[in-house]
Amino acid sequence: MDTATLTEEVAAKTIPIYIMGKRYEVPETLTIMKAMEHSGYQYIRGCGCRGGICGACATVYRRAGDYKIYTGLACQTVVEPEMYLTQIPFYPANRASYDYESSQPVAETIYQLYPELFRCVACNACTKVCPMDVEVLDYISALKRGDLTAAAEISFDCIQCGLCASRCMGEMAQYHMAQVARRLQGGKIAPKAEHLEKMCGDIDAGTFTDLIEAAKVMTVDELKKVYTEREMEPHMGADEWTPASNHGLA
Amino acid sequence: MASIPSPIHPENLKAVNKIAEISGQNVHECMQCGTCSAVCPMVESMGFTTRLGILYLQFGEIEPVLKAQIGEFCASCHTCVVQCPRGIDVARVFEAVRQYVLRTNTDLIKPQEIPKDTMAEAPQIAFVSTFRKLTS
Amino acid sequence: MKLGYYPGCTLKTKAANLEVAAMAALDHLGVEYKELSRWNCCGAVFSLADDDLIHQVAPVRNLIRAAQQGCDTVVTLCSQCYNTLARANKMVREDEEKRDTLNRFMDEEPDYNGEIEVVHYLSLLRDEVGWEKLAEAVTNPLNGLRVAPFYGCTLVRPKEVAIDTMDPEILEGFIRALGAEATTFSASRECCGSYQMIAHPEEGRDRAAKVIASANRSEADALILSCPLCEYNLGTRQDEVIEYHPGLNQVPTFYFTQLLGVALGLDPELCRLDLNGPAAQELLIDKKFIATAAV
Repeated sequence: MDTATLTEEVAAKTIPIYIMGKRYEVPETLTIMKAMEHSGYQYIRGCGCRGGICGACATVYRRAGDYKIYTGLACQTVVEPEMYLTQIPFYPANRASYDYESSQPVAETIYQLYPELFRCVACNACTKVCPMDVEVLDYISALKRGDLTAAAEISFDCIQCGLCASRCMGEMAQYHMAQVARRLQGGKIAPKAEHLEKMCGDIDAGTFTDLIEAAKVMTVDELKKVYTEREMEPHMGADEWTPASNHGLA
Repeated sequence: MASIPSPIHPENLKAVNKIAEISGQNVHECMQCGTCSAVCPMVESMGFTTRLGILYLQFGEIEPVLKAQIGEFCASCHTCVVQCPRGIDVARVFEAVRQYVLRTNTDLIKPQEIPKDTMAEAPQIAFVSTFRKLTS
Repeated sequence: MKLGYYPGCTLKTKAANLEVAAMAALDHLGVEYKELSRWNCCGAVFSLADDDLIHQVAPVRNLIRAAQQGCDTVVTLCSQCYNTLARANKMVREDEEKRDTLNRFMDEEPDYNGEIEVVHYLSLLRDEVGWEKLAEAVTNPLNGLRVAPFYGCTLVRPKEVAIDTMDPEILEGFIRALGAEATTFSASRECCGSYQMIAHPEEGRDRAAKVIASANRSEADALILSCPLCEYNLGTRQDEVIEYHPGLNQVPTFYFTQLLGVALGLDPELCRLDLNGPAAQELLIDKKFIATAAV
């Protein structure tokens, strides 16, 4: 269908969905989030980036004639006929306070913060409910056997939506435990990115201070000129390209 | 025709049935020989012996058994199980007594109250088994 | 036999001293195995409630993993893991209704119908290697070492999963194959206190004291065991137990696999004696079974 030459309005095909038990007819191409707005709901909660990464719009739904529980992010999931849904914008989850600087990068840190970790019965409800396909049971198992690194890697895609905690038989807040693991792994176990440390050192040493101070007093047009005339890596260039000007970097 | 009165008080019948259902054991088969008490490694910590506990359960009297903390001090060692001359799985009976409480969403131990040193020092199986047996 | 090894939560960190020498010994003795690449905590205790299936999911899921990874047998070192996996396996094999419900519940996994055999490492040694062949492989016999064989509960009870008869000899056979002497000590099959050391520390200590007292009476130089919780109660907490029960003598505790490693002449570093108390290494150095302390 060439939308550029469309001359008449075509009504969108609508399907019935149930939002918190109430039936609505919504255009079938909409995401759950758009469908709810189409139906008159105005979001003040349970909506964030609209891009599938912030974890605010976790949605639980069922399909007609099917006992199973399905989940998805409202901003990413397209509606289906007879979809029966609600959102879980927030689920109470125990979050321990701790001092990162003094925390040891070992699993025992998590055992002390979250002793309920050992209440896991491996029911797998967490993995089944995760809208990001994170293998939650696998990272909880990794934590129980003391492997922080594996837990950090397995939980990488977690967006902290809280659905796992809502279904957990052991009443754990899995995603908070995984966050501690990722923080300890990133900051205290993984090898440091030397180039990053060097760059931070250069910044602290004042290498860019003059450039920044100069930019602060430029007009919008001057900034635009500097930006458009900047040296850029060619799109189709030689493999070995280095900038002519080093801007004070070693 | 007059029915033979049961020695179990009607109010206790519910408890008796619950214990039988969860444990799959018939406590009325117990002949009160006391072997389970003799071999129980934790009996000295309990308010009274496992034998007396079974006797109470035969009458559906759960409260005294709970007060004596028999289920709480039981270590699930299964010595009673292999020694009972009647073949009663006594460990299952006291698991049922624990479950009778745990299933009311009541914990018999609080994970948050375990000393932090112990959390760092003890093997993982210590916590997994403690929480499975004593938390709901 | 396609043997899979199930470590369990504790063996990778706190109980590395149970695992490392054990697996090196299997290599040394020519027993082929494959460590399971994906597994979860087995639950440590077998649920004794007849109507409870959710607590059977954890051990059964591991048996599914073993089957997925091409195994027909699973070996484990931790006594609690052994007991839980073996009893869960038996339940699946014998109770059709529970098996069906479990398979329906774990709808994201392939069905499991009891295909896997669960064995403890000691059974493997006795049945696949044999005490004679083991004795022949010993290059550093532990002559003169009096060892108290501590079975604890979960290796020998209930009967349906016991690794030996109700009057077991498997640890004694093992000890003799290493060239050491097995003492007869009355508490060899008594409970170490298990999780009561966590739930009720005072009573847990009292129980541990009884076991140590019995080992003392048998004049044992050392006590061997197979379970990280037994080692915690009887080994790690021994000093504290003795403090509360003066009159007891220190008796160093070892995992049976550590003495196996030493007797087979494996690199002592593999035995991870650094995770036991200092008394353990001192005993072995004193008796000249190892040369120097592991760092």
